[in-house]
Amino acid sequence: MKLIENAAGRLVPAEVNGEKRLPFKGIAGFRPKGHKAAPRLATCADYPADGNKLVSGLRGALKKAGLKNGMTISTHHHLRNGDALTNLLFDTIKKMGIRNLRWFPSASFPCHEHLLRYLQDGTIHHIEGSMNGPLGRYASQGQMSGLGVLRSHGGRYRAVQDGNVHIDIAVIAAPAADAFGNANGVQGQSACGPLGFALVDTEYADQVIVVSDHLVPFPCVPWQIHGNHVDYVVQIESLGDPGKIVSGTTELTKSPDRLLIAEYVARFVEEAGIMQNGFSFQAGAGGISLAFVAYLKEKMKAKGVKARFVRGGSTKYLVQLLEEGLTDYILDGQAFDEAGVRSLRENQRHVSTSPFTSYNYHGKGNFAAMVDVVVLGATQVDVHFNANVVTHSDGYLLHGIGGWQDCLFAKCVVLAIPSFRDRIPIIVDEVATLCGPGELIDVVVTERGIAINPQRRDLLKALAKSSLPLRTLSEIQKEVYDLCGGAPAKPRVKKNHPVAVVEWVDGTLLDSIPLVDCRYDGQSRQRRRHHR
Amino acid sequence: MVDKSPKIGAAGKRGETVRSDCFVEVKLRKSGGVNLKLESKVAVLYGDSIQRLVFEMCEHFGIKHTNIFLEDKGALPFTIAARFETALKRARPELEAEFLLPMNEKKVSPASKDRLRRSRLYLPGDEPKFFANAGLHKPDGIILDLEDSVAPSEKDAARMLVRNALRSIDFHGAERMVRINQNQVGLEDLRYIVPHHVEVILIPKCESAQQVIAVENEITKLRRQYGVANEIYLLPIIESALGVIKAYEIASASMQNCGLAIGLEDYTADLGVERTRDGDESRFARSMIVNAARAAGIQALDSVFSEVNDLDGLRAGVIEARSLGFEGKGCIHPRQIQIIHAGFAPTPDEISKAMRVVSAFEDAQNRGIGVVALDSKMIDAPVVKRAQKTVELALLYRGKNVAPRSRGRQDVCATHLSDYKKF
Repeated sequence: MKLIENAAGRLVPAEVNGEKRLPFKGIAGFRPKGHKAAPRLATCADYPADGNKLVSGLRGALKKAGLKNGMTISTHHHLRNGDALTNLLFDTIKKMGIRNLRWFPSASFPCHEHLLRYLQDGTIHHIEGSMNGPLGRYASQGQMSGLGVLRSHGGRYRAVQDGNVHIDIAVIAAPAADAFGNANGVQGQSACGPLGFALVDTEYADQVIVVSDHLVPFPCVPWQIHGNHVDYVVQIESLGDPGKIVSGTTELTKSPDRLLIAEYVARFVEEAGIMQNGFSFQAGAGGISLAFVAYLKEKMKAKGVKARFVRGGSTKYLVQLLEEGLTDYILDGQAFDEAGVRSLRENQRHVSTSPFTSYNYHGKGNFAAMVDVVVLGATQVDVHFNANVVTHSDGYLLHGIGGWQDCLFAKCVVLAIPSFRDRIPIIVDEVATLCGPGELIDVVVTERGIAINPQRRDLLKALAKSSLPLRTLSEIQKEVYDLCGGAPAKPRVKKNHPVAVVEWVDGTLLDSIPLVDCRYDGQSRQRRRHHR
Repeated sequence: MVDKSPKIGAAGKRGETVRSDCFVEVKLRKSGGVNLKLESKVAVLYGDSIQRLVFEMCEHFGIKHTNIFLEDKGALPFTIAARFETALKRARPELEAEFLLPMNEKKVSPASKDRLRRSRLYLPGDEPKFFANAGLHKPDGIILDLEDSVAPSEKDAARMLVRNALRSIDFHGAERMVRINQNQVGLEDLRYIVPHHVEVILIPKCESAQQVIAVENEITKLRRQYGVANEIYLLPIIESALGVIKAYEIASASMQNCGLAIGLEDYTADLGVERTRDGDESRFARSMIVNAARAAGIQALDSVFSEVNDLDGLRAGVIEARSLGFEGKGCIHPRQIQIIHAGFAPTPDEISKAMRVVSAFEDAQNRGIGVVALDSKMIDAPVVKRAQKTVELALLYRGKNVAPRSRGRQDVCATHLSDYKKF
């Protein structure tokens, strides 16, 4: 495959799944021209006047939608690891004898391991979207037919909007819906919170099928999804496992190291002067992020500081901030626990967002850049602050990008990560996969110290007198290498054989993910030495 | 007659939930060379490094023919070395040699008998995953425990892990402590720790001066044998009614004693009473410990607070301990450390009073007056001493480096006071 070097010095293919692609040209190096893709024109004359779009069964709806070999089928991931619909969808497609589909999910979860069989038998040709766990491993071993394409949440919206990806049929899991297709995620047994990740699918797909296990009479409000975009509505018994769609309650980590990192991040945010009345922040739902919110809350209370808005994914910790008057708004892309879903349903100041409002880079601005500080994770970071969030040190693709890349445009980007996991150093000489350029990453906080990007002189100055353990990435790296027994060996990969590509938010190619040479996996290796 | 059956030894942990540890099985054979079967979570990154370590160790111990199975869940090198050595010695108990990792001298802080010992964090000696980062949480001391937290069948394994940890882990300035076992087993433990820069040895279930002296004598012997230069202090733990009654005898048994600690779990069991949150049942014993320690001129250190989730209870417990005269408390989770330190911190009111006393004392000294007066009241020497101690503590809490007290309290304190005023 022909590979070219991009502006970040990474090798990327000139063509992906038969289409010519642009290499990364720098953070804002690519300026698009022209117009957005246009969705199919429809007329009310073709739709039931009584608004009843109910079709019996998924198979019937797919048939009416004109499912054919080679089409692009999209799903959203708001049901997370509790999603039963996507598996049911491909079971149905398999039975219909349709093949060679491009699956275009907004993310995949371990529950989708079920779909491996359809990658193997050719029902699914390839995946464009996050590939977690077993799906990522499958792709990394070169078993998937086409190249995987990894995009951020914003990047996915942009790709459809820009016409890079055309969705033939979108299948939208809707925890509550009416027969017209209006739908939301805050009611019903499978309530998941917002449905923003499905927005672009409903706006641009040729055919939109809403599938729900909780049909209500018209109108289903709030209508996070407008029935005016919807072709068919299908009722099924169950969308999935409610206990895995949201967790009953999110608990703080007990890991002392993670708590320490979270405490350092909160102290950093305070001491850097970011925590001021009217500020905003975003933190995910990982262990460190949740603990960070808990620590920051104490500091906000102690200083009497109130945020203007905080960004979800929401958890009970963000909801507490809202309910205790410590923030005016939660702007929420997804809800991780029952408290988040309840708050979104009941509180006007808990507002649903979508990748269009929050992340889309080819729009007239987005919310991500307005956030004062964002706390993110990473699987690796190099000594120049370049970071990886999709592959592990052994080269395996195991995570999606999520909103990670989009969030890098916040005013201050903090990576909160342990300096090593078991014996795996996180600060490395070169990241296995480049997902975020170092110039956008301001601070790396580990349990061994805090490194501030030398480009951020303002932060260095603000923290000059801090008692926080400020260090360079190289210092922390050296300490961890000493602990782990030296620098780790490089992953054994075939550089000129990519299995997937990582897009930058503007659709250019930031990096490619090479085939892992699994002979070196060493899950079991025999070594022999005869004594002299 | 030649014994042809292979000798087998295994050590370490295996299973789904194991992290940062490994399992090793060795089968010693008569021929066939050294065969290593490695299954490692970090095979790509450190497979070669693990193989080098294992082969080097075989050579070191003169093992020429063996089958080795190593299931690694991301263990650090000091853990792999300890697990492998344990497995080898279980297969061949007569092996005398030890495989010692390089001593990381730069990671050792200078010892001092009366340094702060507000928090001491217990780590189970057979759980290596907690070792590497414990010091980052800044406890005053880290105790690698060979006693109660280690199963009887794993005592040998814990000795090698603790020895290796003492040699290769950075304690980040925390005092390097080991709790040995009781009686004879404890004396045998010493060989594995004394040569490797341990700073404090905790003696459990102490009931007599003889127990302390026996440990001290064994240490003296080992120090000579291994040419150990650093000071090694003793911290007897009183955990029984008899121990409480003999507290002073124990506290004053050795010049190396730096403190006297109480262990309430065993003590209340010995009394046959419930250990309550209020702790009325142990007030007598705790006061005895404080008095005995003070009488012997050493620190009194309170028991471990074992309810990890009850941080409010811990807070109250520390304030109570401080009011009884204790200078430190044991803990088992790093999140307890900052609460303990905060509890032992002097209050702003105490600090300002103390500073006025110390100022008056300095003033009197400068003017060559023997009598110190403040607000027309005479101040006794003990009041000055307590005030100096409070100022010293206050400085420490402000993140200033406190010079070792052994330089002479008054000089040091004078420097500190001026430091304090700079803020």
